[in-house]
Amino acid sequence: MSSKKKIYWKGLPELKNDAAFVKHADKEFVDLGVQEDPGHSRRDFLKMMGFSVAAASLAACEAPVRKAIPYIVKPVDVDPGIPNYYASTYVNGGDYCSVVVKVRDGRPIKLEGNALSSVTKGGTSAQVEASVLSLYDNFRLRGPKIADKASDWETVDKEITTKLGEIAGKGGQIRIVSNTLLSPSTKAAIEVFKAKYPTTTHIQYDPVSYYGMWKANEESFGKGLIPSYDFSKAKLIVSVGADFLGTWLSPIEFTKGYAVNREVSEDKREMSRHYQFESNLTLTGANADYRGQMKPSQEGAVLAQIYNIVTGGSATDSGVKWVEKAAKELLENKGASLVVCSSNDKETQVLVNEINNALGNYGTTILPGLPVNFRQGNDEAMAAFVEEVKAGKVDGVIFYNCNPVYDHPMGADLEKALKSLTLSVSTSYTPDETASASGYMAPDHHYLESWNDFEPKPGHYSLSQPAITPLFKSRQAQESFMVWAGEQNVDYFTFVSDNWKKWFFDKQNAEASFQTFWDKCLYNGVYEFTADSTSLNFTSHAAEALSVVTAPAKPSGQYEVVIYESYGIGTGAMANNPLLQELPDPITKATWDHYVTVSQLDAKELGIENDAEGHTQMLSFAVNGKQVELPALIQPGQAKGTLGVALGYGRTKVGAVAENLGQNLYPALKLANGSLSYIASVAKPAVKDSFQLAQTQIHQTYMGRENVIQESVLAEFKKDPSAGRWNPHISNWDKKEEAKDVSLWKGHEYKNHYWGMAIDLNTCTGCAACVVACNVENNVALVGKQEVINRREMHWLRIDRYYSSDALPGSYKEMEIASDNPEVTFQPMMCQHCNNAPCETVCPVAATTHSTEGLNQMTYNRCIGTRYCANNCPYKVRRFNWFKYHDNQQFYQSNPAMNTDLGRMVLNPEVTVRSRGVMEKCSFCVQRIQTGKLTAKKEKRPLNDGEVITACQAACTTGAIVFGDMNNPESRISKLLKIENDPKRPYSIDKKIGNPRAYRVLEDIGVKPNVFYLTKIRNKDVEKSAKAEQKEHA
Amino acid sequence: MKYKLADLIKFFTLALLILSYSSSFSQEIPTDAASISAGEALFNGNCKSCHRVDKKLVGPALAGVQDRAPSIKWILEWVKNPAKVIASGDEYANKIYNEYNKSQMTAFTSYTDTQILSILAYVKAYKPEEPAAAPAAGAPAAGGAGISNDYLNVIIAGMILILVLMVVILGLIVSALKRFLNQKDLNEDDAEVVNSPYSVSSITRSSGFIFLVVFVVASIGFKQVIDGLYSIGVQQDYAPKQPIAFSHKLHAGAYEINCKYCHTGVLKGKQANIPSPNICMNCHTQIKQESPEIQKIYSAIGYDPKTASYTGKQKPIEWVRIHNLPDLAYFNHAQHVNVGGIECQTCHGPVQEMEVVRQYSLLTMGWCIDCHRKTDVNNKGNDYYNKLTELHKASKGKMKVEDIGGLECAKCHY
Repeated sequence: MSSKKKIYWKGLPELKNDAAFVKHADKEFVDLGVQEDPGHSRRDFLKMMGFSVAAASLAACEAPVRKAIPYIVKPVDVDPGIPNYYASTYVNGGDYCSVVVKVRDGRPIKLEGNALSSVTKGGTSAQVEASVLSLYDNFRLRGPKIADKASDWETVDKEITTKLGEIAGKGGQIRIVSNTLLSPSTKAAIEVFKAKYPTTTHIQYDPVSYYGMWKANEESFGKGLIPSYDFSKAKLIVSVGADFLGTWLSPIEFTKGYAVNREVSEDKREMSRHYQFESNLTLTGANADYRGQMKPSQEGAVLAQIYNIVTGGSATDSGVKWVEKAAKELLENKGASLVVCSSNDKETQVLVNEINNALGNYGTTILPGLPVNFRQGNDEAMAAFVEEVKAGKVDGVIFYNCNPVYDHPMGADLEKALKSLTLSVSTSYTPDETASASGYMAPDHHYLESWNDFEPKPGHYSLSQPAITPLFKSRQAQESFMVWAGEQNVDYFTFVSDNWKKWFFDKQNAEASFQTFWDKCLYNGVYEFTADSTSLNFTSHAAEALSVVTAPAKPSGQYEVVIYESYGIGTGAMANNPLLQELPDPITKATWDHYVTVSQLDAKELGIENDAEGHTQMLSFAVNGKQVELPALIQPGQAKGTLGVALGYGRTKVGAVAENLGQNLYPALKLANGSLSYIASVAKPAVKDSFQLAQTQIHQTYMGRENVIQESVLAEFKKDPSAGRWNPHISNWDKKEEAKDVSLWKGHEYKNHYWGMAIDLNTCTGCAACVVACNVENNVALVGKQEVINRREMHWLRIDRYYSSDALPGSYKEMEIASDNPEVTFQPMMCQHCNNAPCETVCPVAATTHSTEGLNQMTYNRCIGTRYCANNCPYKVRRFNWFKYHDNQQFYQSNPAMNTDLGRMVLNPEVTVRSRGVMEKCSFCVQRIQTGKLTAKKEKRPLNDGEVITACQAACTTGAIVFGDMNNPESRISKLLKIENDPKRPYSIDKKIGNPRAYRVLEDIGVKPNVFYLTKIRNKDVEKSAKAEQKEHA
Repeated sequence: MKYKLADLIKFFTLALLILSYSSSFSQEIPTDAASISAGEALFNGNCKSCHRVDKKLVGPALAGVQDRAPSIKWILEWVKNPAKVIASGDEYANKIYNEYNKSQMTAFTSYTDTQILSILAYVKAYKPEEPAAAPAAGAPAAGGAGISNDYLNVIIAGMILILVLMVVILGLIVSALKRFLNQKDLNEDDAEVVNSPYSVSSITRSSGFIFLVVFVVASIGFKQVIDGLYSIGVQQDYAPKQPIAFSHKLHAGAYEINCKYCHTGVLKGKQANIPSPNICMNCHTQIKQESPEIQKIYSAIGYDPKTASYTGKQKPIEWVRIHNLPDLAYFNHAQHVNVGGIECQTCHGPVQEMEVVRQYSLLTMGWCIDCHRKTDVNNKGNDYYNKLTELHKASKGKMKVEDIGGLECAKCHY
């Protein structure tokens, strides 16, 4: 291990050692002067107590009569209390994920990835995991509406058909507008509509557009497309602005592929290297080995420099760090590298294509022969459509599950123009901005209530099937299209299955009967075959692209703004999902808010300070004429002179959760060279009023302890797989011993199972899908913005994001360097299920105890809320119920899952909903452990590895989380950790861990946790000493 | 040569014998005990809800069926697929079909010939229970020498009353005597005897006595309060009126229908399941059509007995839940009944004797824990427990639920 010592910090206040931060840093519970209920006196307390005693004794006299209502005719395969699983598909615009839906007593309650899909391969994302709650969104339309008045389908159909007939009669124009459509049957249904009304044109657009890329490929290959990217084949990845692990194109698929080459072990001491050049610190940038900061205006120069080096042309200098190194290494990895770029500018993307072509990446890491359908939007067609509507050239428009009034830059114009149309219909399942502006609301089902099919790529098909009877009087939009086209007896299920018979069944030989074929596809959720790929020829347009891209476009203002897709709520379509609103952003750790990210240097210039409680100031500036006023968040790693603002906020018709949250940035986008541009130049922002952001984690400290994060670089790891490990020794009376082996306790013996978890810090990308999965699985309460500010978030599983740098804090200058572009490490942190648990020993009522299987159990009904356990927890993972979060109108907005009849349907019946005054924490999904064991017992066989999977493990796309029985030598965790069983004490907790990368957080304090972490390995060259680095930088 | 030929003939005869024996074997009703007991298990599990050996229920009494039916082969075919036999125009089949109001027997397609034959073996070997045995099992526990408990109570109460009266009378006599003696002139010794300082009133006024009484009263009161508090939420003997007067005594008791026939979830999952009316209809399309209680089922499931058809108008039945565990406690029937092999009656009591079902057990945590302490783990033949059984061999005594973590919080609370 090198002597070099890094410092880790969770937020700027910690780095700067603010007085206010230090004051509270060591406290689990902080008195922030929150006045809970100042109106009550001691007298009131006595009155209340008297009343409640009387009420309790009265209530106890007679127990409520509870009813049990069985099925009238019980379906054969549905048993109350036993979940059923159905394969289906999550689709939100062009976002795609093949999923398995867990249905308990007829209600979908949890989503998991479908491993049979070769696109997403069982991966999920935070949004996918959260989407199950959207099904029970209280804001959903209960049925069709005409001009905001409830109606019925018969009337709606009659009126719409009449109006369509009128329009068709006079030869008027009809438009169907949608986001990217992945569904071939939906497209076929639209064709049915078009056949009846030939003046219909179907327009697709994407809120976050990839049209520039599409056009660039049209230029390079003669055919507009977006290719597949295979990150698993790339040894060197260079991303210019593309957040491919977070939001770019197909993040689940890319994360899966990316992880393949990021995994290292004693046997595999190779990993990919990842360069990222960007303005905002994105999730992908946080995972990069080398991260260069650039302004959006430098993008062309960076690409040009790479191009010139790769092609051996005359060298140019972009002035961005690491570009030259990256380009040179690209040359060394021809055919096994990948350059991606987030730009929506055609010429920029053409240049990216040129680079990839020069490197021979086409056919290996980039597959233009296997184009993806994730983004088919056409910015020009959409802009032309709005112009047409404005000009009165269109008579009827149907918005199929899209919201252009909100998420298109010309939305305001569209909203105004819609009023004058003969017919405007929205099929959105909520009365969103577009639906409210339309004459008719003809709500579609939620995807968990629908039949549908999808084609993410040629040869890769998947089905979605209803997991619940439609909750409301909504109707499948495809059926609506066909009904309006005058079709009789429309049934979309039959339509889809007939299509599949025609398209796929007739062309295969494996199955003889269509029913068997269909059942199999439905069971698997996917149907895949090798599609014929047409060979595409690359035509070079390098010179042209290079000249356009490098043409000096002087930014007009002092600052440049990067407008990005919000990591949590995406394009805004899921803004009403509190699971995503309360999900701390992986980088900023902010919840429930919209903000501008500013670099430390700019903040100093503007005179903004952030403190540990999230206090900040509002910044006011105009982006392309749209005035924006948002709180500033000082973000380490933000490029100087740039501001980052997310899309997805500022929804006006969205339901209680996200109302009046932030500002809408879509109107600030503008068309440039035929496609939408997500960058803009602004003048120096004005600093306005103060504001308080709700951030998690920034107020905690790891107290400078060295073994929380243990990391090394690949070169060191190659030499010694235990590189980066920190093993303090203690001198005992006879010998030196490892600190973790010294114990006052006798230790436990786990005779049957010994549950443990291993988390690979190298493959964990910090995506937070596990956090949402945990929330949904374990009925974790969402507490809302104010309670997050009060440091009372309830997440059982959090992802600690540590910044680190070699620079030692001392002078202000050094601190500036430290916070300028820090390295980032993500560490999922939950109850560590310590064998010598400090919480257990301090509980006065034995509400938290140890099990014979290594679990640290929390018994809510026994807890009296002393909070001693949380105070004594070294990992700060215990959560206290400060309020009754269920059936409490105070939390109606933030926690609908426990406060509305509709929302409650998502709760997991296997897990108790906790009440006020009790402590809670990660249980290692004990309900899943018990279910797995019971299944084995019923089948009279031992429990096999892989039968018990925790929610976080199931959600983890990269497979960074491994859970299992450490007593079972055949289990994955035993093999991963290389557990060597002591034959004399096979059931002891003191197992010898053979994996040199494995460590336990705060191991030396002797609590013996059952959660192991594998060291973080960065693929960096062995660095010069910290001082030399600093000098160079200075 | 001759010798050899005889041998050959012998061999062939033997072979023929064996052949004929084995071919007829599959059609012959076995008589061995193993087959009969296997048949009994199958009969109880599957046939008993509609058939009895010695009396007519939903279906005919099965006694003598082997002689009554056209052939054993016919029975085998009939059990596997009655519809097919009826459809084939078989005379006997159609006769029974019409006799039983055209209600068709459930097909048991998965049965092997051997299984059906073993059922027949049981039917053939069936002997009705000795009538003398019946009252012995049903009679209440007799108290003392032929005097019932009620009489005993009356006698004791009467005697206590007489004793109290005697004490009162004696007290009156004592005070009368005292008054009489005090009117006379007595010497000092006698006066001391008559006017003892330890009178009733002096004892009752003594501080020791007052303390004792207060202590006893307070203790009893305290115990009552504590017991009362502990009984909050305990609904033992809760027997609410149900929307349909379903009698377990009749179904589970008299007709001996297996609990699992209706409570289908009990081996599979958490809930035992309150049967859905379609299970009732397995029998009640035929039986007791006219009963007002059965009419309630018909109206719930939407069945018209006159036309023997379903109307599609359904209305759920709202049964009153008897066994209410708090939400914070997790209980799984499959774990106890399927894995643990516990009889339903262990917790639910003699349901087969209950006209209206009542909560038999306390269903308190103490009650659960008590059982987990006392009950042996049903590890026989269950490989899941192999490791635990092996490790337990070292310790004395049988492996109790407690020994394998059955008292841990997170087994029931999560």
